[in-house]
Amino acid sequence: MDKVLEVDRLSKVYGPGCPSCFELTGPEFNTNICPVCGSVVAAHDVSFDLYKGEILGIMGESGSGKSTAVKCLYFDQAPSSGRAVFFDESKQHDLFDLNAAQQRNLANHRFGMVYQNPHLGLNFDISAGGNIAERLLMYGVSNYADIRSRATGLLSRTEVLPERMDELPKNFSGGMQQRVQIAKALATNPPLLFLDEVTTGLDLSVQAAILDLILEIQQERDTAMIVVTHDLGVIRLLAGRTLVMKYGRVIESGLTDQILEDPQHAYTQRLVSSAL
Amino acid sequence: MNESPILRVEAYSKHFDLHEQGKMIPSSSNVNLNVYSGRLTALIGQTGAGKSTVLKGIYRTYLPSSGRLLYRMENGYEIDLANADEHRILELRRTEISFVTQFLHILPRQSTEDVVAQPLLKKGMDKFQARDIARDMLAALNLPETLWGISPATFSGGEKQRVNLARGLVSRPRLLLLDEPTASLDPKTTERVIKLIENLKHEGIAMLSIFHQPELVERIADDVVELEPPLALEKILEEII
Repeated sequence: MDKVLEVDRLSKVYGPGCPSCFELTGPEFNTNICPVCGSVVAAHDVSFDLYKGEILGIMGESGSGKSTAVKCLYFDQAPSSGRAVFFDESKQHDLFDLNAAQQRNLANHRFGMVYQNPHLGLNFDISAGGNIAERLLMYGVSNYADIRSRATGLLSRTEVLPERMDELPKNFSGGMQQRVQIAKALATNPPLLFLDEVTTGLDLSVQAAILDLILEIQQERDTAMIVVTHDLGVIRLLAGRTLVMKYGRVIESGLTDQILEDPQHAYTQRLVSSAL
Repeated sequence: MNESPILRVEAYSKHFDLHEQGKMIPSSSNVNLNVYSGRLTALIGQTGAGKSTVLKGIYRTYLPSSGRLLYRMENGYEIDLANADEHRILELRRTEISFVTQFLHILPRQSTEDVVAQPLLKKGMDKFQARDIARDMLAALNLPETLWGISPATFSGGEKQRVNLARGLVSRPRLLLLDEPTASLDPKTTERVIKLIENLKHEGIAMLSIFHQPELVERIADDVVELEPPLALEKILEEII
């Protein structure tokens, strides 16, 4: 089994920070706002590893820090402290020690990100095909016919009609926009994919089709994925292992079926028992 | 018996701490048993004796409270499933240990043959070969061919059970956990399942199975373990006092 990612004590604090920040926040205190300096402890001491072809779920309610963790790993935000190592074939990258250009390079080539809000993942001023072309160009594919045929392949794989590749994303439904985002993320065939609440807000039938697509891609390409969601159903369907977060802390982690059938923490027990 | 067991359960106990209600629910207590390759160990006892809890502990759907679950892997090494690394457990589930539960949890939009083929796909087999093997297994379990292409969501209890069995057997595990494999089957299908279990024994597969019908235990079990319901906490306290 090959390790893809190792995250060690990742923390992110918004605000000045003070010695009490970590001592007076967290699930025991029912807050992630430091009572002394007012900083927000979005994530603290988040550690986990991820193997090739594995889907890890990060579950928690709004404000639990689940998205923060993923945003730090994709370099959308800089962590306050912690370490993350990305194992790429024979190379190792210490993510937070890289310079901006190296980080951009990894994000563009070796990582894929799919956001809840398609406006974050897609450029709405250019066509669906153009969005994919943009990523391929950064990847070093510069032949027009090549780009065109790869974009066509990716869109048909994600079940977007290739005939619509020259349309702007705003003409697409929410589900289609997510499919274009997934196609764009997959363009460089990255070994690591981040999915942040990708089905939240979509119709149930559309959700199901997107989740099926994600599973198929994982099986075809052996892509490692981190799936951030508040939805127990998504976790049950996709993730082999799950972390549960609350007030910036990982309160519990384990095999997904164990988290759902034998949750240890009071909060997880309440969460699981309130599922519909 | 000379051969050493593939699984040794030693003083396994499991209780649930329900924080919200402030309760501790005992489920299995001090369970000891062995499972051998090519043999079936039957787990019997009244409802509430913690039989399913033993199987779920071995599969790690439940986190054991205490005791050891020593499993001898294909490579000869022994590991304690109670505290083995999660990646290792997932790997074992993929390659060596299957669990046929009483209930089938599936996506209502997947065909029966794909549901059954899934464990093979996870092992890396190609789609067409996996489907072929899945169909053979469904045929062996006497599930009408007209049903193979549709989702098991609308199937009867007995049909679902057969799909579930087929899925657990298709990947030829080394250790098979069965939770009442014949619970909702008619006599004819039950006979087929018994035949299948006999075949699995010949193939050297080790089985631990929950049963409720004594005549079945008589016929196919090589070893029998009877569980007693654990005493409630209040009872234990009473006895101490």
